[in-house]
Amino acid sequence: MGARIVALMIKEFLSLLKDKKSRVVVVVPPILQLIVFGYAATFDLSHVPYAVYNEDGGAPAQDLLAGFRGSQNFLESAFITHEEQIRPLIDNKKVLMVVHLGPTFSRDLLSGAPASLQVIIDGRNSNTAMLALNYANSIVGSFNEEWTKEHGLSGPPARLVARAWFNPNLESRWFIVPGIVGLLTLVVTMLVTALSVAREREQGTFDQLLVTPFRPVEILIGKALPGFIIGTFEATVITLMAVFWFKVPLLGSVITLYAGIALFLLSAIGVGLMISSLAVTQQQGLLGAFLFLVPAIILSGFTTPIANMPQVIQDITLLNPMRYFMVVLRGIFLEGAPFHILISQLWPMAVIGVVNLALAGWLFRHRMY
Amino acid sequence: MRMRGLVRKELLQVIRDPSSIAIAFLMPVVLLILFGYGVSLDAEHVPIALVVEHPDAETAGFTSVFRQSRYFSPVGFREMKGAEDAMRKGLVDGIIHLREDFSRRTRDAGGAPVQVIVNGIDANNARLISGYVEGAWSTWLQQKAIADGVAGVPVQVEQRVWFNSEMRSRNFLVPGLIAVIMTLIGALLTALVVAREWERGTMEALMVTPVTMKEILLGKLVPYFFLGMGGMALSVTMAVWQFGVPLRGSLAVLFASSSLFLLVALGMGLLISTLAKNQFVAGQVAIIVTFLPAFILSGFIFDIGSMPAPIRLFTHVIAARYFVEILQTVFLAGNVWPVILPNALALLLMAAVFFGIIRRKSRKRLD
Repeated sequence: MGARIVALMIKEFLSLLKDKKSRVVVVVPPILQLIVFGYAATFDLSHVPYAVYNEDGGAPAQDLLAGFRGSQNFLESAFITHEEQIRPLIDNKKVLMVVHLGPTFSRDLLSGAPASLQVIIDGRNSNTAMLALNYANSIVGSFNEEWTKEHGLSGPPARLVARAWFNPNLESRWFIVPGIVGLLTLVVTMLVTALSVAREREQGTFDQLLVTPFRPVEILIGKALPGFIIGTFEATVITLMAVFWFKVPLLGSVITLYAGIALFLLSAIGVGLMISSLAVTQQQGLLGAFLFLVPAIILSGFTTPIANMPQVIQDITLLNPMRYFMVVLRGIFLEGAPFHILISQLWPMAVIGVVNLALAGWLFRHRMY
Repeated sequence: MRMRGLVRKELLQVIRDPSSIAIAFLMPVVLLILFGYGVSLDAEHVPIALVVEHPDAETAGFTSVFRQSRYFSPVGFREMKGAEDAMRKGLVDGIIHLREDFSRRTRDAGGAPVQVIVNGIDANNARLISGYVEGAWSTWLQQKAIADGVAGVPVQVEQRVWFNSEMRSRNFLVPGLIAVIMTLIGALLTALVVAREWERGTMEALMVTPVTMKEILLGKLVPYFFLGMGGMALSVTMAVWQFGVPLRGSLAVLFASSSLFLLVALGMGLLISTLAKNQFVAGQVAIIVTFLPAFILSGFIFDIGSMPAPIRLFTHVIAARYFVEILQTVFLAGNVWPVILPNALALLLMAAVFFGIIRRKSRKRLD
């Protein structure tokens, strides 16, 4: 049995890698994509363009604006003198935000009346708007603190002392890059498995395979192992880059990480082969791959938290192997989570994998057209 | 006349393998429902631990702000240990810690320190939660200043959010999702159609007929263009009726820019198909170049302006980027020509380049 499976595996590897285009497609893009996406996928705002509309010439107004100028997050890109200039600047996306100081700003401030700073912001991307507002609020917060101290006013009755666990500087890259490890591993596995049976069916070679002495289990193993080997190799390369290129801390044990990778690959290969054996043509296989891949990634908690989803969709995500792998990856990278805490995330991937592989094996003989 | 025959042949192929119809009509509906509801950046009812070491009237005033806020669902604790355990287990996303001497120190010059700890793993969510905490804190300060009859903070921020005043993330995510979904549909519809003919040998059969290469390509484009526009119309209808996204621009602009984008997306699929000449490779390439780039590099969720310069430059080859910008503007802001025109021009240019290359690469030759 062993020798037969090896023979089948060699054939699979050959059909996958003999074509130069196919070889390039499986190896090069994941690495390029990690670099591009690793830099692109960040929620940290930098150099957000904003305009100043200062109707008040006073020194306190200048002090407050200096806070905005000194911030890495903002970039002063326009200075306006009339109210009508605000709309075109924001409409045309020249600036994201306009900071407006009314004519009585300094007078109010010096007389002890509450002075107001108007912030007008483009809400077309509400997340960016919310983050920019938070930055603006903290600039005003530090101005207020300085002002009360300098003028001997009574300070606020309480102040917030904030810190973050596991990611003290709140770098979204630390959150995103381990997620990309999962993303690219999934894509590569789908590339290798999702079309493999469909192609043989379309070309008629699968029928030939079925009349050989191979048992469906052997065909299954022969089809699954190349995906497993390529997937493990790519996951290793991507993990190494995440640690050494993007400097994301890897606090947990490498053994636990590989246990997670192995189980995730099992589930991804299972789904890939299932789709592939269900499809009659490659067109259908490709459609199936997309119909799995896209929701699996978007509803995995990779960018938007699962906790924000309505309950029904949260329940649907329980079928998504990516969801578990995201928790495993982030837990191992950032929290150093030990194996026993992650068991609740690991076994569902194993179940998804085994069920789908069994289905795929059954479909080999029962889906004839 | 010949064209009609080709279009008919392609249509028959579409009808016989219903997967194309499923791609055009079923996929946008399923994906948009799933994502429109599932993809949200608005955290509500965030579980947080409120640790109050010595409850009294002062702390009750502070915590009631959190209990009334729709952003939080607080869990009470008497000491830090329990709260820290809850955070490690992932039961709460943040901790607000009021020490024993909180009430006494509110009269100190610097004010009483309130320790705020957030789980920083999801940095974006952590930032939003800190923002909510600060909001609750300043509400409390204002209430207290009024109650005590003292002046509040020196400078107050008065914020006005244009186009999306309730800051619903769905309003910008749904138009972005339409761009991502249409990228997939466009490419999926055409990625295999030329490669299939090469692989099955029917391309040779077509070549011996008098039809020109241009006609073959047009015959492949026309049916899928109408399928794709049907899917697009479905998506827009759902965005407006199902998800309540305001449509402030005109339908005509939406229609024109969608046709342009669909041309680019179909062109990309045809280009992949023409270059690969092999369904397996074409399928692999389609998976790689369509979904993830449109998802991550289009500005649909990650702000392009904050990316490093080389990456920002690279996003210019992603067609979805232009369409996302047009859609977000047409839906939320209206017909803002200075935003729409440059992006539409870029799409036009991309379509021209794609079809130019396809034209050059498809000759009636066997090699």
